[in-house]
Amino acid sequence: MLAQAKVERRLTALSHLIQLAVIVAAVGAWAFLTSAHAINPLFLPAPLAVLKALVHLVGSRGFWGAVGVTTFTTAVAYAIAASAGIVLGFFIGRSPTLTAAYRPVLAGLFAIPLTLFFPLFVVMFGLGPASKIAFGALYGFFPIVLNTIAGFSGIDRLFLRSAQSQGATRAQTLRHIFLPGAWPVVLAGLRIGFFITFASVLGGETLSSAAGVGYSIAHEGDLLDSPPMFAWIAIVLTVTVLLNLALTVLEKRAVRSS
Amino acid sequence: MQSVAAKPPSAAAIRWWTIAGLVLLWEAAARLLGDPAFVAPPSLVLRTLPELLGDPKVVAALGTALLEIVTAFILAVIAGAIVGIAIGLTTLGRRTFYPFVLLLFGLPQVVVLPLVILIFGLGPASRIAFGFTHGVLPIMVTTITGMRSVSPLLISSARSQGATQAQMLRHIIFPTMIATVFTGLRLAMSLTLLGVVLAELFVSTNGIGNYTQIFAETFKPGKLYGLILVLAVTAVALNEIVALVEARFSRWKQS
Repeated sequence: MLAQAKVERRLTALSHLIQLAVIVAAVGAWAFLTSAHAINPLFLPAPLAVLKALVHLVGSRGFWGAVGVTTFTTAVAYAIAASAGIVLGFFIGRSPTLTAAYRPVLAGLFAIPLTLFFPLFVVMFGLGPASKIAFGALYGFFPIVLNTIAGFSGIDRLFLRSAQSQGATRAQTLRHIFLPGAWPVVLAGLRIGFFITFASVLGGETLSSAAGVGYSIAHEGDLLDSPPMFAWIAIVLTVTVLLNLALTVLEKRAVRSS
Repeated sequence: MQSVAAKPPSAAAIRWWTIAGLVLLWEAAARLLGDPAFVAPPSLVLRTLPELLGDPKVVAALGTALLEIVTAFILAVIAGAIVGIAIGLTTLGRRTFYPFVLLLFGLPQVVVLPLVILIFGLGPASRIAFGFTHGVLPIMVTTITGMRSVSPLLISSARSQGATQAQMLRHIIFPTMIATVFTGLRLAMSLTLLGVVLAELFVSTNGIGNYTQIFAETFKPGKLYGLILVLAVTAVALNEIVALVEARFSRWKQS
């Protein structure tokens, strides 16, 4: 048993060491290839050029404007997606018949690239944030409603019937049976829905818009100015990873405390 | 048997009545409230469909998109399975590289779309590349997690009987892995579709993106809706084909 733990610890240490080596090698190769002019700097600018562009970008007023637009758009879209998804998911998931009726349709729609419908949103809502809000809300709605349905329809009917037979009120069954059972699945849906809304807003801004983070990345690409484009990409990816970590921790805590 | 047969029709009835109701609502809203320059009722979309599909250039653009999706998907499945096996083969490989794969899988790839267009140009190459990067990650994730389900007992017993690495791959790991790769196919198809569609729409000088742009700017919502409808139906059909293949293979795995 002890020997096994020792092997286990060595394995973990070794894997961390290799991970570190991979990262160092990747950055090293990046620096080497760009300084040796082996790669078109348009496709991959030197690390130092990206760093300079990053510092310049964060100090510029346009940067915070773009971040503001995307933050606002994502927040509104997510509020719509979350409230609609939870309310509808609750009403559908509570009833086995409605679950059987609507879940396959919703799951089937979610497997279609909804990005196809984005041109319609632009035609109807214009180039401003409204089309991105509608698009982000639509995309984020699906994982939230599907998880909410899964959460509430997964409740054991036996618990429900025994509570009802003992005279539990509607509010009591909701508080003590539906919520604790559904809560973890609903929360996971809310987390996934957030990232899908965020990615959809970015995607909408990249495809057609006049402001925001996605627009800025596409715009730098149009100008063939890759260091600021890489700086933007690095910022978005870093923020996504940090948000992912934060939401995962929050979710775990919320599940445990309930 | 009878009670089982009696229940689904009611759910199906609710489903179809709801869908019919929504289509009628769309028809009524588009006719009464919608601006005909931007909104098309479903009846108009259906009437425009023959004209749209009679245009050989539109059909060629649709055919190219379909070819891009299929190519990207096949490449993603092959590459994802190979890299996934290489990573999942050893505990060390899985511990070391699986976190990287999961990290990449969680990122919004759309932010690198302008870069992909810059590198691969305005033609099909960039759409195949972008569809590929979307499809390859779910295949890798399912392959790596699936390979963990290869029973260690089988491996150690094969090894103790002197099986070579090639024999282990052929008789133990390969049969298990093919079934697990298939469980990732549906997700991979839906993400490949997303990647190709994003890249198609981003480029407005040719392909689908060109037509959505033209139909929107010349106020032909009937054609715009029709084009999107055809693509959505294609996406559903591709998803269904993959689901059928997946079902066939998981049955084969159980037997």
